[in-house]
Amino acid sequence: MKTGKRIVAVLLTATLLLCLGGCFGGGEDAAVTVRYLNFKPEIADKYQELANIYEQKTGVKVVVETAANNTYEQTLAAKMSTDEAPTLFQINGPRGYANWADYCADLSQTQLYQHLTDKTLAVKAGDKVVGIPYVVEGYGIIYNKAITDKYFALADRKTGFSSMEEVNNFNEFKALVEDMQANAEALGIKGVFASTSLKAGEDWRWQTHLANLPVYYEFTKNKVDLTSDAVGEIAFEYAPQFKNVFDLYTDNSVTEKKLLGSKTVMDSMAEFALEQCAMVQNGNWAWSQIADVAGNKVKAENVRFMPIYMGIEGEESQGLAVGTENFYAINAKATEEQQKAAADFIYWLYSDEQAKKYVTEEFGFIAPFDTFGEANRPADPLAGQVMDWMNKEGITSVPWQFTLFPSARFKEDFGASLLKYVQGSKDWDTVVRDTVDGWKKESSAAAL
Amino acid sequence: MDKRQLGRWFPVFVLPTLAAFCVAFFVPFVLGVWLSFNRFTTVSNARFVGLENYIRAFTADSDFVRALGFSALFTAVSVVTINLLAFALALLLTRGLRGTNLLRSVFFMPNLIGGIVLGYVFSLLINGILSFWGVDITYSATYGFWGLVALNTWQLAGYMMVIYIAGLQNIPGELIEAASIDGASAATTLWRVKLPLVMPSITICTFLTLANSFKMFDQNLALTAGAPERETQMLALDIYQTFYGRSGWQGVGQAKAVLFFLLVAALATVQLRLTRSREVDA
Repeated sequence: MKTGKRIVAVLLTATLLLCLGGCFGGGEDAAVTVRYLNFKPEIADKYQELANIYEQKTGVKVVVETAANNTYEQTLAAKMSTDEAPTLFQINGPRGYANWADYCADLSQTQLYQHLTDKTLAVKAGDKVVGIPYVVEGYGIIYNKAITDKYFALADRKTGFSSMEEVNNFNEFKALVEDMQANAEALGIKGVFASTSLKAGEDWRWQTHLANLPVYYEFTKNKVDLTSDAVGEIAFEYAPQFKNVFDLYTDNSVTEKKLLGSKTVMDSMAEFALEQCAMVQNGNWAWSQIADVAGNKVKAENVRFMPIYMGIEGEESQGLAVGTENFYAINAKATEEQQKAAADFIYWLYSDEQAKKYVTEEFGFIAPFDTFGEANRPADPLAGQVMDWMNKEGITSVPWQFTLFPSARFKEDFGASLLKYVQGSKDWDTVVRDTVDGWKKESSAAAL
Repeated sequence: MDKRQLGRWFPVFVLPTLAAFCVAFFVPFVLGVWLSFNRFTTVSNARFVGLENYIRAFTADSDFVRALGFSALFTAVSVVTINLLAFALALLLTRGLRGTNLLRSVFFMPNLIGGIVLGYVFSLLINGILSFWGVDITYSATYGFWGLVALNTWQLAGYMMVIYIAGLQNIPGELIEAASIDGASAATTLWRVKLPLVMPSITICTFLTLANSFKMFDQNLALTAGAPERETQMLALDIYQTFYGRSGWQGVGQAKAVLFFLLVAALATVQLRLTRSREVDA
């Protein structure tokens, strides 16, 4: 069996070498294709349709691959090491850029960047532009006007409001919510708020979105330079305000506190769609989820947005939280032609009339480019509401600063802490302390 | 057939499997071990850092050690519950009861369901029961632990049962008959005749349950996902979370994976040695 052994040895070494060569050499693609790794599973089909149209028009093939929910970074990491690495992908902001710095090409000369209305939105590294935002989104509290109107028509209500426009700070909001909860039966709802979904992986509305507000106010108050190391620590000064609104959500909810650990975002949206509750915190992307729920009772003209008030001074002029964590990036390790093909494709996507129609009507995007006019107002009711809030006189939007949160790990831990808090096995002071410590620890861990 | 001829047929019979083994197992394994000594985001931008990842796996936080403890406890309990249940079922279904074949299929079936689906179904069941007390499975690590044990037992017992049935059916009838003529009670027959003779099956089954329980991932992810606060996080899930939870920590995740492999391999070897020595020939 000497020959046998020798063959085994040769084969093992050969495959190992071959693979190493394959992994590190990088393959060459004859025909130029655009490989796009899409972040949004909800519109994957629409992207595919657009890709087909583009191929018919220009002959350039666009391969759209989609990462499942919450797995973009993993999928990207896996795909980047293959021969069929994406040439067009997305980063989620400055932190995402740090992760993919080697792979982000300079986009300052691309046509799409020239048309970006607010250049400060782009992700920059020195003079280089490495990420172009392709959609802005907004979140706040979504309410069902049919139910709030029903409340305003109640004879025995205890508050003096006659429309939601009159509610513009936390105290008023709290009074309204608590009285609505007291009248839940008359309103035909189980609770004012949809379940505060705290299942692991389903808690981003609190550990990321809601947490954005206190962090933003803290950084603004202390005039923190967001590009400096000063963001490596927070004091969580506005923790009491965070607690205000978080308690309001869980005290006046469809679901009992101790059962929140198994609730998903989809559960909450279904509760809202079936009119079991009047309000839910989420963003404009949620409209498709609401509309798709079987037996949906909420009418498009009745879904409205209001800002998240938590008791911070001056919040009367606060708008929705508007920003993006979706930035196009082009793979710097792809060939020149591939990079150009990718840049051409995204420019077409946001300038061609047919493509623009898709972007606003099918994707429901609020596109931040000057190629879009009033005629391209999104048909999606929540997206329209975001635009309205952005254009309101005297209202300032809250920017998305959760892209500065130190790591996914920090957010998971914060979410787990919040769950323990609602279950009653962790007191609020410990939650605050763990959050402050966690932020500091994760910031230094990520910098290692 | 002499040895030379055997060698001539080597490329036909062994080569395809060997090639597949290399591509699917050997290469990724070597690459994986090598990556555990590197800092990397993708395999193509790795930078050698020596033992740093291994040190960070233990010093950065207590997750790995805690997950190790949880996994060990879970495995110990699971091995006992699964094998006891499987053996009891096997005894019951080798007595010629009516409907034996149907029951064997029924007990085997859970094994055919995917882990994620099973975890989801069990989370509905367990939460449904716990809701009478107004809590859910995320409320306490104890609930999560026993939920996982129940799930794992339900899933694996049927499979092990099949192995035990095969073992029991292999026991020569004469031996059982001789035992009964000698006046051995049912308990004595079980203890002195059947058990020693199914030792090979016991070896296989403990080995399989040990390895499967220790490596469990999807059921863990779908049932508790580590809640509350990573207290029910097992090793495989911890490795996954380390790999993807922070940027720049992929190497640490890889290092944990290598340690995990060594642990599983060591455990399995020791266990195999121990049970082998007690096997008897019929």
